Amino acid sequence: MENPPLRPSTYQVLEQHGVDRRSFIKFCTAMAAALGLDATMVPQIVEALENKPRIPVIWLHGLECTCCSESFIRSSHPIAQDIILNMISLDYDDTLQAAAGFQVEDIRKRIMKEYPGEYLLAVEGNAPTKDGGVYCTVGGETFLSILEETAEKAKAIIAWGSCASNGCVQAAKPNPTGAKPIHALLPHKTIINVPGCPPIAEVMTGVLTYILTFGQLPELDRIGRPKMFYGQRLHDKCYRRPFFDAGQFVEAWDDEGARKGWCLYKMGCRGPSTYNSCSTFKWNNGVSWPIGSGHGCIGCAENNFWDNGPFYQRLSGIPVPGIDSTPDEVGATLAGAAVIGVGAHFVSSVVRRFGQKPAQPTPDSGDKGRGDV
Amino acid sequence: MTTRVVVDPVTRIEGHLRIEAMLDDRNVIHDAISSGTMWRGLEVILQGRDPRDAWAFAERICGVCTTVHALASVRSVENALGIQVPPNADIIRNIMFLTQMVQDHVIHFYHLHALDWVDVVSALKADPAATAALAQKVSPSWPYASTGYFRDIAGTLKKFADSGQLGIFQNAYWGHPAYKLPAEANLMAVAHYLEALKWQKEIVKIHTIFGGKNPHPNYIVGGMASAISMQGDNAINMERLNYVRGLIQDATNIVENLYIPDLLAVASFYPEWTQIGGGLGSYMVYGDIPQNGIGDPSRFRFPRGVVLHKNLSEVLPLDLADSGQITEEVAHSWYEYPEGKKALHPWDGVTQARYNGPKPPYKQLDENGGYSWLKSPRWKGNAVEVGPLARMLVGYASGNTEFKDVVGEALGALKLPATALFSTLGRTAARGLETRLAVRWLMQEYEHLITNLKAGDSATADTSRWDPSTWPAEAKGFGFTEAPRGALGHWLHIKDQKIANYQIVVPSTWNASPKDGQGQRGAYEAALLDTPMADPKRPVEILRTIHSFDPCLACASHVLGPDGRKLSEVIIR
Ligand code: SF4
Repeated sequence: MENPPLRPSTYQVLEQHGVDRRSFIKFCTAMAAALGLDATMVPQIVEALENKPRIPVIWLHGLECTCCSESFIRSSHPIAQDIILNMISLDYDDTLQAAAGFQVEDIRKRIMKEYPGEYLLAVEGNAPTKDGGVYCTVGGETFLSILEETAEKAKAIIAWGSCASNGCVQAAKPNPTGAKPIHALLPHKTIINVPGCPPIAEVMTGVLTYILTFGQLPELDRIGRPKMFYGQRLHDKCYRRPFFDAGQFVEAWDDEGARKGWCLYKMGCRGPSTYNSCSTFKWNNGVSWPIGSGHGCIGCAENNFWDNGPFYQRLSGIPVPGIDSTPDEVGATLAGAAVIGVGAHFVSSVVRRFGQKPAQPTPDSGDKGRGDV
Repeated sequence: MTTRVVVDPVTRIEGHLRIEAMLDDRNVIHDAISSGTMWRGLEVILQGRDPRDAWAFAERICGVCTTVHALASVRSVENALGIQVPPNADIIRNIMFLTQMVQDHVIHFYHLHALDWVDVVSALKADPAATAALAQKVSPSWPYASTGYFRDIAGTLKKFADSGQLGIFQNAYWGHPAYKLPAEANLMAVAHYLEALKWQKEIVKIHTIFGGKNPHPNYIVGGMASAISMQGDNAINMERLNYVRGLIQDATNIVENLYIPDLLAVASFYPEWTQIGGGLGSYMVYGDIPQNGIGDPSRFRFPRGVVLHKNLSEVLPLDLADSGQITEEVAHSWYEYPEGKKALHPWDGVTQARYNGPKPPYKQLDENGGYSWLKSPRWKGNAVEVGPLARMLVGYASGNTEFKDVVGEALGALKLPATALFSTLGRTAARGLETRLAVRWLMQEYEHLITNLKAGDSATADTSRWDPSTWPAEAKGFGFTEAPRGALGHWLHIKDQKIANYQIVVPSTWNASPKDGQGQRGAYEAALLDTPMADPKRPVEILRTIHSFDPCLACASHVLGPDGRKLSEVIIR
């Protein structure tokens, strides 16, 4: 017989909470749906949550604005309470921690000692590297040294948000503190990047529950993002796309087109060059999303998005119906069989413009970051 | 003999803050320093950018008080370019502002501050039936107060504790003699911690409706991007407005039937904290929630003004554009000013980062040298406190009946004199009282929007100056707001259609600032003086007072860079 787990599993905890088996299965089904998995995966989730002890999580905060934590607690499925009480053991997180000062640093050191290779490291924010790291210290130590120390024995590392994934605002030109994303500081570690300023709440909790459920990282694209949430270009799933194709654009704020919900391309929308789940999941439990509320996408999940501005200047290099071709030509194209060709052309133009491949599967990308957790 | 208590990190705040308190031999604090230990350099990054983009950068100063920097930023550009936004844009901004304030204050009370007063471990001993009786007495209109409900919560808590994995609750100060609530009140508070956690994700949907997402909704210079079309299904319409209305109603329920009753119940057990943590006794408010455009402070719901030295019979006028009023100093900051300059108005501000603190890892800072990444802003040379208490006191001292009524009601319920407000508990209570005003005003602003729509006005943006070719070669402006944590100002200089200089003076910088050249302490430092500590190793008392300000350090620590100057210089001692 196998040794019993040292710590209770998620299901054991739920059971102790008086959650019956039926509700538990229902919860697992809802989670599968949230993760976009089909029903055949439910037993696997049930299995995982029944048998796995809650994984210790150390959540570090560097140079940041804390919007990622705020987004995380907005998650609707699962809700933050379920995650904190039932799914993980959030042992260190200075934003929510009851203890302070040396007591909280002791916790971090204890977890690292007691659970080497077992704890999950979540990093929000990034580290300044200039001048010996003095631009961010915690407990008298540089954040950089804390990050390196804590990463060493982590089972897996999640980089929350654009700060940790790609540097974000403090790394924008001229990057006064030498702020660097986590992957640049921990070159030998596999890091799962969850960019966005902030990332969508359910993307964050979706990534976390995927790892807990399947015991491995999700499939990552070549820049370390989970394909399941960052594989879609906003522009391809945007509900305003028919207006783009028809050459109907918002030309000024609050004009007739704005009131009719036309395409925001001419107002600088970055949808054509941004990969994220906004057009599918939307924000705050599906209530709306930037484009849905009349402002173009600013591309907050993309590398260097702060320096790809100004935000209200339209993306160049994209043939736009009504500008680079007449609406009639666009109409003819749409009526013909070449719609897919047009889409592909747009993609390749954007790729040329940004020197960045769309997150299509590449021969090597599929396996990057795969590994048991 | 002096004992030095170091609290770093101060948790349950935004950003990175360090407190060092000096205790005398009776364990009473006789000196304290407050140190911001992070710096991101956002003003440097803003230079040379398109002023219409600035709001997005500035908004990322803080994701906890998201929106406030965006609002101050668009206002600063509009002020510089002479843009007057349409009335609906002001109303929608007011709705977003108030939404932020309500959400932020409720989260602060339950998730950042409550654990200073509520002993989670003591809640394990509570009797569910007695807790239900207490809850029904504290708030008769709050629906979840049955014995079964509290038995479930107690069960959740017990099993969580039994699991041995205490997560964010481990290693804290449970059982500390400063905790005074009976077990049942602790259990009730734990239940409401979870209720508030569930609710906070709902109210922010107002931001999502008007701004597309939360955190970090979208703004534009000239108004709001969310157009209104009552005849269409692709803009703000009746369905969206009804959604907003429902969320405001729910928020009102949470504030009136959960937050305020809990606040008063907890406060009634800690009367000694009306004598501790008063601090500076001087308060400053820029004012906000315009009823006749941002250019008319006489019609702000939050009145503008300064109260000095607890003198509630006089509210002094304030001018953000007057170079003699708001200045920043760097006597104990890790920055350097040009020779001969001691204090500078933000429009003339120059800053050069110059770290001369100890080389990390370090054990303690030097209170006689530089010790913080925060500067010391002062009003006419005075150290002042900003935030909810300042707003309530300036409103009260202005003779505004709305303010007088809510303050009077709370003081009456607690049987306390008005002087009790000058304290740690007064600060915490003021935050709750202004939240009552905020939910009330939210519905009024909503009704105001409907009235305008009925009158046929659905404009949300003025785009006459959107195109940079319409701008003057040079322009200066300032924008401000009353962020949840207090007075926030952005000062901007536009040259040749680009940002030439951008400077931000943030609420937590006023409050968490180090000593200035005259030796005047900042608000945190002053508020910690004379606080008795029961156990210097378990600094509950320090956390109570610091948390009563709701620190936000990502906001507070920033720098402005002059054109062409060296950005930073580091001297490690
Ligand atoms: S440009 Fe933007 S608004 Fe227009 S279709 Fe593409 S993503 Fe949607």
